[in-house]
Amino acid sequence: MNRSASVLDPAVRARVTDFLVDYAHAIDDDRLEEWPGFFTDDALYHITTRESAEADLPIGIMHCTGRGMLEDRIKALRTANVFEPHTYCHLLGATRLTDRGDGVLEARTNFTVTRTMQDGGGEAFAIGKYLDEIVVDGDAIAIRSRRVILESRRVDVLLVIPL
Amino acid sequence: MALTSSESCGAESGQGPAGLPFDWPAEGVTRVPFQVFSDPEIYKLEQERIFRGPVWHFLCLELDLKETGDYRTSFIGDTPIIVVRDREGAINGMVNRCAHKGALVCHKERGNAKALSCLYHSWTYDLKGQLMGLAFRDGVRGKGGMPGDFSTKDHRLQPIRTAVFAGMVFGTFSDETPDVETFFGSEMCKILKRNFSKPVKLLGYHSQVIHNNWKLYAENVRDAYHATLLHTFYTTFKINRLDMDGGIRITDAAKPWHHLSFAKRATLEAAEEYKTAEVHSAAYENRLSGPELIEAWEEFDDGITHSIQALFPTLTIQFTLNSLAVRWFTPRGVDKTELFWMYLGYEDDSEAEARMRVMQSNLTGAAGLVSLEDGCINEFVQRGTRGSGQSANAFMEMGGKTVESSEGSRATEVAIRGFWTGYREIMGFA
Ligand code: FES
Ligand SMILES: [Fe+2]
Repeated sequence: MNRSASVLDPAVRARVTDFLVDYAHAIDDDRLEEWPGFFTDDALYHITTRESAEADLPIGIMHCTGRGMLEDRIKALRTANVFEPHTYCHLLGATRLTDRGDGVLEARTNFTVTRTMQDGGGEAFAIGKYLDEIVVDGDAIAIRSRRVILESRRVDVLLVIPL
Repeated sequence: MALTSSESCGAESGQGPAGLPFDWPAEGVTRVPFQVFSDPEIYKLEQERIFRGPVWHFLCLELDLKETGDYRTSFIGDTPIIVVRDREGAINGMVNRCAHKGALVCHKERGNAKALSCLYHSWTYDLKGQLMGLAFRDGVRGKGGMPGDFSTKDHRLQPIRTAVFAGMVFGTFSDETPDVETFFGSEMCKILKRNFSKPVKLLGYHSQVIHNNWKLYAENVRDAYHATLLHTFYTTFKINRLDMDGGIRITDAAKPWHHLSFAKRATLEAAEEYKTAEVHSAAYENRLSGPELIEAWEEFDDGITHSIQALFPTLTIQFTLNSLAVRWFTPRGVDKTELFWMYLGYEDDSEAEARMRVMQSNLTGAAGLVSLEDGCINEFVQRGTRGSGQSANAFMEMGGKTVESSEGSRATEVAIRGFWTGYREIMGFA
């Protein structure tokens, strides 16, 4: 199938891109409890590096299967993990959407996430791309699989807030 | 061994050991002068005495070098290193510095090559590091070229000694370094062989930059005292608590530089101390919504379900539940360290076993539920000790003042004292 030829309803496209922006804003605004709700119950969320993705290595930096594990990440972040306070700001590139034709959209979105520390220091913390499978079912939109591919294999200090 | 003072530091009388302006406190290894974490002169001296000294340093995994000509670049301290498998199957280590003008010979992290050729002026070395040829040796149209007394035989990449043990490649600059098994000690080698008893495969890797002196991380991995206090996740889900049967085994090698910290999960009896002490980590009692995170099986019949082995100076092997990983860290300046996480499985892992290793990898690494705190806690020490002057020291008497195995208890700083015993000796900071 010639993917680029598939026609996507502009209304669906608009809703999906809004959805992806909402995801980023929920994280940036520290509404992390909303984060698992962007996924299906059985979703995959996997952060890895470009090198590891190209070598097809199963272990990356974070790996969650199912919404329960996503919730655990947020619970741990709020109550167990210790780290210096910081905030993210997601800068999303344009999303390339492809309709697979079976109710699943494939999406690729490049991103830069800046991290600002409490003392005012900030930097581009994570640069990479989201490779998504998005389920659109009537009014409902949810991520079935999000692979976060970081350009660099090196993480500065630690990664605790999801990307 | 005889230690000579570094010229750059100048050994003047009336100063501390090696001419440095400080003295180690009389209390010995229960104290550590904060200065050692931030003094650039000490950093320089470490490069000479530890990194180019009589110590085996981790270079890479043997699985990086499967075929003839496979190479990978690494570091011993600041010094760039090439490790390569030659035609005879031997693994050779050499400084990654061209004998001509010092350029890196291999600029890629890994690759395969028939010969090692420097890009700058095409000096070409064989897989043992011997110079084979160079461009324009006889000049061009009879003019220029090397003088008549030039011989390729006189030039090579600086070799280092290498050794392969338990799937890992080690290197040392010193002829005085004893063989690997003597250096680490038979008990440490026994557990290394246990962990690498079958062919391993790489499941993933990444690195983490931490903004602290490398020795703070060396202390941190030897710090059994902090593990269940700082890393709340451990205690909550009963992965590793100090009230499990476990202990610290100091190596039986001649020098007490290495250790194994272990726990047996099946033996947990909740100790009163965890319930009554004001322990931040005991407060969190929620259950996991995704319990498959810590699904595990007993992989060995010795009952040990959690082990951290620290090998002097910068190598750690973890086997937490079923998550086998090599953690290797290397200094990137006096207050910066890069920590590499290499996750391994066995080639004969079943699908279910492989899946559990992937799940458990969430526990460690830069985003590890029980390790991410270490990314910042050592930096907090680095920042906290700024401006501390020359008389401020760390105080470490948990578990006593000595360096000996602590069977049955991990509420101790004994392994850290072991590290400093080695450090002082090798640095000449008696
Ligand atoms: S520096 Fe390597 S050939 Fe000149
Ligand atoms: Fe730790």
